[in-house]
Amino acid sequence: MIRKSASDGNAAGLVHLLARPSARALLALALILAVGAIFNADGAFFRWDTHRDMLRHISRFGILACGMTLVIISGGIDLAVGSVLGLTAVLSALMMIHWQWHPLVAVPVCLLIGAASGAVSGGLIARFRIQPFIATLAMMVFARGAAKYISGGRKIAQGVETASGFQFRPLPSFFDLLNAKIFLDNVAVVTLVFLGCLALSWVVLDRLRVGRYLYAIGGNETAARLSGVPVGWTKVFAYAMSGLFAAVAGICQAAQETQGDPEAGVSYELTAIAIVVIGGTSLTGGRGGMVLTLLGTLTIGYLEKILSINAVSEAGRLMLTGAIIVSAVLFQRSRR
Amino acid sequence: MATLLSMEHISIAFSGNRVLQDVSFTLRAGETHLLAGENGAGKTTLMRILGGVYTDYEGSILIDGVQVRFHSPVDAARRGVAMIHQELSLIPSMTVLDNLFLGREQCGPGGWVRFRRQQAACRQMLARVGLDLSPHTWVGDLPMSARQMLEIAKALSMNARVIVMDEPTSSLTAPEVERLFSLIAELKSEGRGIVYITHKMEEIYRVSDRITVLRDGALIDTRSASELPREELVRLMVGRELTEQFPERPSVSRADQPLLEVRDFTVPDPGGSPRPAVDSVSFTLYPGEILGIGGLQGSGASELLLGLFGALDSDSRGEVLLEGRPYRPDSPGDAISRGIACLTNDRKETGLALCLDIVANATMASLRKYSRSGIRRPALERAAAEHASRRLNLRAASLDMPVEQLSGGNQQKVVLAKWMLADPRLILLDEPTRGVDVGAKQEIYRLLFEWSREQIGILLITSEMPELLALSDRIMVLHRGRVTGWFTRDTATPEGVLAAAMGRVPEEMIA
Repeated sequence: MIRKSASDGNAAGLVHLLARPSARALLALALILAVGAIFNADGAFFRWDTHRDMLRHISRFGILACGMTLVIISGGIDLAVGSVLGLTAVLSALMMIHWQWHPLVAVPVCLLIGAASGAVSGGLIARFRIQPFIATLAMMVFARGAAKYISGGRKIAQGVETASGFQFRPLPSFFDLLNAKIFLDNVAVVTLVFLGCLALSWVVLDRLRVGRYLYAIGGNETAARLSGVPVGWTKVFAYAMSGLFAAVAGICQAAQETQGDPEAGVSYELTAIAIVVIGGTSLTGGRGGMVLTLLGTLTIGYLEKILSINAVSEAGRLMLTGAIIVSAVLFQRSRR
Repeated sequence: MATLLSMEHISIAFSGNRVLQDVSFTLRAGETHLLAGENGAGKTTLMRILGGVYTDYEGSILIDGVQVRFHSPVDAARRGVAMIHQELSLIPSMTVLDNLFLGREQCGPGGWVRFRRQQAACRQMLARVGLDLSPHTWVGDLPMSARQMLEIAKALSMNARVIVMDEPTSSLTAPEVERLFSLIAELKSEGRGIVYITHKMEEIYRVSDRITVLRDGALIDTRSASELPREELVRLMVGRELTEQFPERPSVSRADQPLLEVRDFTVPDPGGSPRPAVDSVSFTLYPGEILGIGGLQGSGASELLLGLFGALDSDSRGEVLLEGRPYRPDSPGDAISRGIACLTNDRKETGLALCLDIVANATMASLRKYSRSGIRRPALERAAAEHASRRLNLRAASLDMPVEQLSGGNQQKVVLAKWMLADPRLILLDEPTRGVDVGAKQEIYRLLFEWSREQIGILLITSEMPELLALSDRIMVLHRGRVTGWFTRDTATPEGVLAAAMGRVPEEMIA
């Protein structure tokens, strides 16, 4: 149907094409790129470094957005991802810098703790029917508290106070690896981690049975329950995945900052939600996908990058970003 | 008696469907006028026009001889028309006082609420309907009966002269019903007019002065209650010939082993009323049999099906044997794995995920079949959806279409496809032809007969009498959660079924 009317090559064909959310998200990204090409900051926008750094910067948010997409498609929301990122950043720095644990031990432990925190949120939502907003708000506060408790409120860095005095611990090579740029300095490793997370969540959403369950629950929870979908377990799974991705982002954060900051990740959940929504995944659930989230990540990433290379002040950047999120969402809806 | 209200030549259509055709209705001061008719006869539609809910009608409404046209429920209320609905309009999380004055708070300058004055007025209003309550009680803490009285108090405080009561006793206990009736008598003596809708035979002759019968959206007759005996009333309500064409019921070999045996099945009221929604219902269903369940609003038929499917939060009681083995309805997931399917009566709310495509909806109840150790096999999903939609003659441009873009009949076919793909041995159907066009109805009838031939047992709820009579091998009639009649294909008559549905146990059952 779409192919036929597009081949007409007229305005109706374009309207038809724009009925697809992915086409709209792509158009939004193209608009942002066009703006970047015009305001190119004396050619800075045309250098690959700019793009590489944008991708490196946005990757952590993109990783959070992967889990957020799964949760939002199921009709929920996860406000705890920023705090869980902070908690796992502290934990991974503690384990790998202070205690010098091997990453093969430390990383799975961090991932497990992230997934467990998500599973707790999911359990509260599924078992006790607490609204996702409230349950994950509580987890957000709790995880932030846990991060501060474990770190004693200080950044976990290479300097360690012991009974015998102040000591300096080496950075684990794993952090160096995560922080590296490969392919002749052209691609940041965290960007590859992001793409890996994206691929994993695409498999979950598109190729696993549980992905169908997520869409069904977001589409109509009652109908899903009456069709025998294990609604409770599926929700626990979605939030656990979100917690898992938050832990991945937390480890990347610690590696990039070479320390575990208990204050890391404040308000990151809002950026992750903005990415998902700007991609065109519906906050009411049931509609959306990982391709949209990839496009949303790039859109937000380029938006921030273009504003910063043009030396727009942070104040202006924030105000413009707010305005652009609203216009993007209105644009998404007007074509539905 | 003066005529308070007259509705003249009222007609209305929804998306081309005539729902009311040239209906006239008058209400005199000081009378209770009963509106009678089967489900779907147009009673509620007529009252919604009166209440300003539907504004796009033909005909005219006169109050005290003056022509009016209401544009909204607020408009109607201001002109003295009050509606007391089955779904009450009170807000549970607010107090009695706040509810009574909601939207017409008595305010001083700057929106300052005159609290004391409201409180005094509220006490007066409560005393008027005989409610002994503090104005500061939360409405959510009150029993349904008190809420009903509160609705009436609200209507009186707006000085309503035309009061419409739609099934007001459905949640009341016997003494509360008595109190309602004495209040009605009082309202009548003050010269107010009451339009009363009920499905309970015993009430009809207690309250009504005149009776208007509607059938299929047309006015059949208006008579004084004393001139309209029960048998005649039921005949007028049913009245129609079985003009619709039904496919021939194929003969099905009757198995000896029952498929489903239900003994003393009781389902608590989901709304929390002490009276159970389904009260000690027992029956047996054989493979290939279509057991029709008749009943009017509030009969508990839907709750019976949902209870058997394990879809209600409240625990059902009673003994159920499925294919000779004990079965406890705990969750829909269990029910489906035991071979039970359940088509609910509201496909948009509980049957479909409207934003998802046909394949996703059709395979929703059988995804396990189309995946191996959790990994989907999309080709199998698609093939299954294709197969089901071909068998059901589903008309859609593509299987990737969101089901919200389909017509009602095709949406219903998607729900049927979903249950077909779940390979059920027992199918529970609640209004399978509701909101479906004539052609699709025919196809659904044929599908039921095909299922029956495949030895699948079917429990069928339908509020359309001809359908119930033509499709069912046997009919069980429920009234307020209890069985009030059993009919076979040969003994079922529209009059008999309707009388049982209104609470009259046929004499041969008493004997």
